[in-house]
Amino acid sequence: MFTYLLYLLATAGLVLSFLKDRGKTKMALRKAWKSFENILPQFLSILILIGLALSILSPETITGLIGTRSGFAGVFVASVLGSITLIPGFVAFPLAAALLKNGAGYMQIAAFVSTLMMVGIVTIPMEMKTFGRRATIVRNVSAYLFSLAVALVMGVVF
Amino acid sequence: MKALLKRYRFFLALAALNLAVGLALPEIGKRSVELTAQNLLEMLAVIPPIFVMLGLLDVWVDRATMMKYTGKGSGLRGVLIAFLLGSAAAGPLYAAFPVAGVMLRKGSSLMNVFIFIGAWSTTKIPMLTFEAASLGLPFTLVRLMLSLAGILVIARVTEKSLSPQQQAEIDTLNRNP
Repeated sequence: MFTYLLYLLATAGLVLSFLKDRGKTKMALRKAWKSFENILPQFLSILILIGLALSILSPETITGLIGTRSGFAGVFVASVLGSITLIPGFVAFPLAAALLKNGAGYMQIAAFVSTLMMVGIVTIPMEMKTFGRRATIVRNVSAYLFSLAVALVMGVVF
Repeated sequence: MKALLKRYRFFLALAALNLAVGLALPEIGKRSVELTAQNLLEMLAVIPPIFVMLGLLDVWVDRATMMKYTGKGSGLRGVLIAFLLGSAAAGPLYAAFPVAGVMLRKGSSLMNVFIFIGAWSTTKIPMLTFEAASLGLPFTLVRLMLSLAGILVIARVTEKSLSPQQQAEIDTLNRNP
């Protein structure tokens, strides 16, 4: 649904741009392709990595690791899983909901969801292309620590 | 050709690894190929409009405008614009990095670009609605409140950790792709 809106916006933008200036529009499309081609090798590698990781780590395995009473060790495991895996949100949220039903704690789930979104170990090479080594590391480390804090708060609230 | 092989060597190695896994453990190999294909299709569905808009942004928004609205000294308005730009996005976080590159090249401040990255990672509107549907509204709202503060703190910490020299290096990285 939201994707359609994005397409609508992009198409409208392209049409407007084309009416105003053909040459610039062509240049915009060339830049769009160049930026995409620039990240394509990492993009494809990441997709294979996710496929391999998810086929080995089944939802059952994950439930075993961060189930009830896994406590801080569970939070740690959940945060590490969230940092290295790259699951799209529309898979991750139903998975998280299923884990909660199967007895995982809110604290562990919050750590998983938050690191999943903010910390990206596998995408570090891509991030470094834009932000360099230092900023990339600092951003990921602070996002990781922040996720642990979120988990603690969620554990207290829920 | 050689350069192409070099750029894709990691991908080729992973593809070979996947093939080896498939030969040794056909079940896992098959499932991973299916997952990869499914993910690829899903990602290819969201990615084209993001990059088209990136191209349009690059061509139509000039440096002066970008600097005025999101550059150094753009204040609260710059922060809000960065938040909104990131939240209105779709797609995985790594698609945000090239967009961030364009923003930097056009003169956005590092702080605002880090806010944009933070918003893209956690406060994307479509993801929030999905989170609320799966994990409940209270869970989502509490996490959102924490994230809003967290994004600002992380952006600040990251920006402050960089020496002027390191900031200049980031500028060089994004000068011209």
